Amino acid sequence: MSDRSDILPRRQSMGGIADQLTGIPLHFPAERRWVIAMAFASALLLLLMISVTELFTRGVGIWGINIPVNWAFAIHNYVWWLGIGHAGTLISALLLLTGSEWRNSLNRFAETMTLFAVVCAGIYPILHLGRPWYVYWMFPYPATMGVWPQFRSPLEWDIWAVLTYLTVSLVFWYTGLIPDLAAARDRATGRGWQIFFGITSLGWRGSAIHWLRWSQAYRVTAALAVPLVVSVHSEVSLLFAAGQIPGWHSTIFPPYFVLGAAFSGFAVVAIIAVALRSWFGLRNLVTDEHLDVLGKVLLATGLMTGYGYVFEVFDALYSGEPHDMRTLLDRVAGVYAWIYWGAVLLNFVPLQALWWRGVRRSGWALLLISISVAIGMWLERDMILVTSLYRDFLVSSWGKFTPTFWDWSTYLGTIGLFLVPFLIAVRLIPMISIFETKELLHEEKQEARHG
Amino acid sequence: MAERLYGMLGEFDSPEGLLAAARQARAAGYRELDAFTPFPIDGLAPILRIPRPWISVVGLIGAFSGAGAALLMQMFTNYDYPLNVGGRPLYALSAFAVVMFELTILFSALAMLVATLWQNGLPRLNYPVFAASRFHLASKDRFFLCVKGQDPMFDDQGTAAFLTDAGAASVERVPP
Repeated sequence: MSDRSDILPRRQSMGGIADQLTGIPLHFPAERRWVIAMAFASALLLLLMISVTELFTRGVGIWGINIPVNWAFAIHNYVWWLGIGHAGTLISALLLLTGSEWRNSLNRFAETMTLFAVVCAGIYPILHLGRPWYVYWMFPYPATMGVWPQFRSPLEWDIWAVLTYLTVSLVFWYTGLIPDLAAARDRATGRGWQIFFGITSLGWRGSAIHWLRWSQAYRVTAALAVPLVVSVHSEVSLLFAAGQIPGWHSTIFPPYFVLGAAFSGFAVVAIIAVALRSWFGLRNLVTDEHLDVLGKVLLATGLMTGYGYVFEVFDALYSGEPHDMRTLLDRVAGVYAWIYWGAVLLNFVPLQALWWRGVRRSGWALLLISISVAIGMWLERDMILVTSLYRDFLVSSWGKFTPTFWDWSTYLGTIGLFLVPFLIAVRLIPMISIFETKELLHEEKQEARHG
Repeated sequence: MAERLYGMLGEFDSPEGLLAAARQARAAGYRELDAFTPFPIDGLAPILRIPRPWISVVGLIGAFSGAGAALLMQMFTNYDYPLNVGGRPLYALSAFAVVMFELTILFSALAMLVATLWQNGLPRLNYPVFAASRFHLASKDRFFLCVKGQDPMFDDQGTAAFLTDAGAASVERVPP
């Protein structure tokens, strides 16, 4: 070994990597497990369809929302899903620009995760509309009514931010995918696969000048995607911070939301990384080193999110504003105190185990901590919404929020909406970037040769 | 010769071999060269004299168009349907900034994708080099140097011999 440790084991060949990774879609190794997972995911998706049908038939009254808690599961799941998506972009784009080679084994499925998480997020505001068939009113079109959307409202910014994010994520994902689709095309033997990869790879042939243009486009898109992530989740936080509700109206919100998003997203990336590598035997590509780095990033973003918690409390205390103090007290000692303390507990207590190297390098430990963080962040988003709203300025309008069956079924259903396309993607496309892995392996070998 | 060949394809098993061969080809006077590799190779562009691509310029143009379109759109909608919200300014640049930023990114990213595909001539599902029997390895672990038939120095026997001398593991003619 050279003095600096390599992230990929050097004792493998480029051709071997290409065969192994294109082999996953072409000669699928885990058919039975995939079918079981797909059956489970499809059941959840079916649940979503039933819930949405019920919702569209009877209206948002089937959920537990009412005055004063009129934003609950729909918006909190929206924020949660969107936040998960952000880690995919950060891993791919930010780490591409900083030249962190360990991203190469993770970026493809992280980006795929982003795409489908954003889809799950995106449907929620539409479901929440009450009259979802009027969603096109959000777009500026020359209406016979003579009105235009209100561009000075964060609610209008939202649709632009989410749709832009979805489109740019798709562009970035596909741009990075083209060379790998070509690699799969050249390995494919079945007629169907040849046609599928032949068309989707657009005839990519790896010409030097093509690579040059491609690299420039890819890197600049990455450079655009990083500020985009920050802008999108900051904009989401403005949905809250631009209102005057105590517990929302705070300048810490944009960074607090962005960091929390990255935190929950990295947790889900870790879950998927551990699952995929044990599922498809990818230990030679998603190594313990990768888990180690993921664990460190998770710990770092977790501590930053923790800073957000501290500052939120400080903000309320420092303002001395009675309503802000009231909300703070409601959070830590009200009827929903368990949500607050549940979030604190699940987010930050198991996380501390990641200070130990042995824990970071163990797939199981990282998986359990990540699940805890994903649930903890879900509780946090719930806490931000419900505990701020349930006690309004006027005592006469105080109320409570209890999720109904349909709240839960819609939420569980979106997990199906995430898993079904994700599993299809696992089945159809190379889930680890082939050419970037080869490039890294080549660099490592070269470095070893030249000392 | 009935019809001029597309070119002569030499196969190398390492990027270093390809770079060395490309350098020799330039030195020998070949000008119409291309390389096909499984991943981008550092240092190949200056040897093959590939000009710097201007995809980023297209991205910049896209960015300005996006920002401009978003600003004009928001100005116009507020002009066409002025709504007084608590006396706040109608043309509120700070409120317009978010959508402006989003469209800047959106237009820029889409412009770059289209420009990359357009300039690369993709999608084009078939291409002469695909006819070469070993070309499928160009996406696996082989590195190909192509001397094109339109090169004034191109000569069926001579070029094949040159590529073999340069260390090619295999040399193949690519029909047009």
